[in-house]
Amino acid sequence: MSDHDYRPKSKVGQWFNDRLPLLTLANHLTDYPTPKNLNYWWTFGGILTFCLITQIVTGLTLAMHYIAHADMAFESVEHIMRDVNYGWLIRYIHANGASMFFLAVYIHIFRSLFYGSYKSPREIIWILGIIIYLLMMAAAFMGYVLPWGQMSFWGATVITNLFSAIPLVGEGIVTWLWGGYSVDNPTLTRFFTLHYLIPFLILGLVVLHIWALHVPGNNNPVGIDIKKPSKDTVPFHPYIVIKDGFALLMFMIVFAFFVFYAPNILGHADNYIEANPMVTPAHIVPEWYLLPFYAILRSVPDKLLGVVAMLSAILILAVLPWLDTSKIRSAVFRPLYKQFYWILVADVLILGYVGAMPAEGLYLLIARVATAYYFLHFLVILPVLGFKEKTLPIPLSITEPVLGGSPNLAVARNKESKIE
Amino acid sequence: MKNLYKLISILIIVITSNSQTFAAEKVEYIKTDWSFKGLFGKFDRASLQRGYQVYTEVCASCHSMKYLSYRNLAEKGGPEFSEAQAKAIAASFEVNDGPNSDGEMFTRPGKLSDKFVMPYENVKAAQAANGGAYPPDMSVLVKARGGGVDYIYSLLQGYEEPPSNISLDDGVYYNKYMYGNKIRMSAPLSDGLVEYGDGTNATVEQMSKDVTTFLMWSAEPHLEARHQMGFKAIVYLIILTVLVYFSMKKIWSRVESEV
Repeated sequence: MSDHDYRPKSKVGQWFNDRLPLLTLANHLTDYPTPKNLNYWWTFGGILTFCLITQIVTGLTLAMHYIAHADMAFESVEHIMRDVNYGWLIRYIHANGASMFFLAVYIHIFRSLFYGSYKSPREIIWILGIIIYLLMMAAAFMGYVLPWGQMSFWGATVITNLFSAIPLVGEGIVTWLWGGYSVDNPTLTRFFTLHYLIPFLILGLVVLHIWALHVPGNNNPVGIDIKKPSKDTVPFHPYIVIKDGFALLMFMIVFAFFVFYAPNILGHADNYIEANPMVTPAHIVPEWYLLPFYAILRSVPDKLLGVVAMLSAILILAVLPWLDTSKIRSAVFRPLYKQFYWILVADVLILGYVGAMPAEGLYLLIARVATAYYFLHFLVILPVLGFKEKTLPIPLSITEPVLGGSPNLAVARNKESKIE
Repeated sequence: MKNLYKLISILIIVITSNSQTFAAEKVEYIKTDWSFKGLFGKFDRASLQRGYQVYTEVCASCHSMKYLSYRNLAEKGGPEFSEAQAKAIAASFEVNDGPNSDGEMFTRPGKLSDKFVMPYENVKAAQAANGGAYPPDMSVLVKARGGGVDYIYSLLQGYEEPPSNISLDDGVYYNKYMYGNKIRMSAPLSDGLVEYGDGTNATVEQMSKDVTTFLMWSAEPHLEARHQMGFKAIVYLIILTVLVYFSMKKIWSRVESEV
């Protein structure tokens, strides 16, 4: 953060800032040069920060009224819904907030995939993001267990049982995770503890994620390196703040619609039935945001290999910066990659759909093809594409396409020489 | 910008259609107009009061409602019985209480703060009295069934003679809306089973609608407050969004770039 010298105007400010440079930090954050051509796909970072804070604040409030006990959890949730002042509002914001969080994070991730934001020099930002995403899934899964409904109980049983696929020590690990010989009160209390802990880990990682971002600065839709600060950048405040704010408000309208008018549409009806170890639901399904991975898990006939496939599907993202061999970041200048990108989007949506369906017949076949394609995209198509693809010429600066000049290297060079 | 809307709407459609497909075994439910649906949906007060009557005279002999208290009957947004009426309703039930200073359990008339008295002591007793089937607690029943109110409303009217290829055991009945078509509850309603105080004709259809409305309220007691607040919140957000949009345009007009 030594990219500019800053001294507070007031004496007190100087005295304080010399001892703890919080004002320098604030100045860095407001002045932070941001590419001026960022589109609305770039607003989801701010939206995600909002989601995290919303989840933490509503979560803390819920924790004041919730009772983590197998005999009382379901009842305490009903107590929150009925008798706690605005408890229904807080709980519906928290429950739908999880879905909104994932909606935003998926857009954020796919934006990164489209514009190549994971490439050098932003690999660490990307990997931190993948770790945050993994923690989000863990937090969401454990959060879904807390109301102790039927889907909570059976979802927890299915997911924890996955660890039994590990050779030799698998069964022991599952017993250790459960704190007993089945999902029961000890499981619930430890899930509650971890569900409480993880958001703060995420918060810390978000700080690192933003810190790492502020070293090279934002990628942008053109995907080229830009000089900072320059004609190509605007200060974060007020330009990006107001734009992020506008996008956040649009997002909040969608959010509010779910909270107030369809608060249960994203959940499963069975979770309003109290957990009963003696009755198994007809279909055990996770929340929508985990469905693609659930589909991958079930498309492999062997339990251990299925678990390996599911984990690989997530972890493969961490090595993406090295799997994608193309030097060009933005898909705007990669005509072939652009097509494969949209095929991947469709592939993941299809996986999500079949993940919600029973794993049989045509659904299973589709799931297998889609799973195979998912890995093909990352392991074969991306590495090969980097060498084979004929990319379009990229502009020298982002002012070029913005001002309507053709994104043509030769033209850009001509202009530059004229200026000289 | 347009792409953003498109993607969000596609995602919403995919997500919602996913969750609806769980109601899989598609039978068309009987449709009716529910006053509590929509942006300004509110409960029909008279229907809630009649629904409570059906619940307490018919359903309550087997089904508990353990998360409701008698005070809820007088609260805003519910059946809105007067406090005196709710007190009288509560007092008509015998509640187990204690131990008293002698260490004895005793019974007393119910108070507003008491939970709805349960028909059976516990789940086992309920099963024993119902041939092994447990009549589910009704507090959140409509939220615990895929089809929601339409499902409950249809189920209550869905009893039929079984098709000739299906044979039913003793104590099992045929219902065309039930999952697997076999249900352990005999048809609970018949025309004129209750006598409505307001003179409404107690047809099976009418009673089904009233009791289902009552169950929707019992599952979502704050539904009216939610709809009212939701409308205000969304209008507020839209106005603020418009204002912020114009501020953004103004601020960005200082640089040659489009927002």
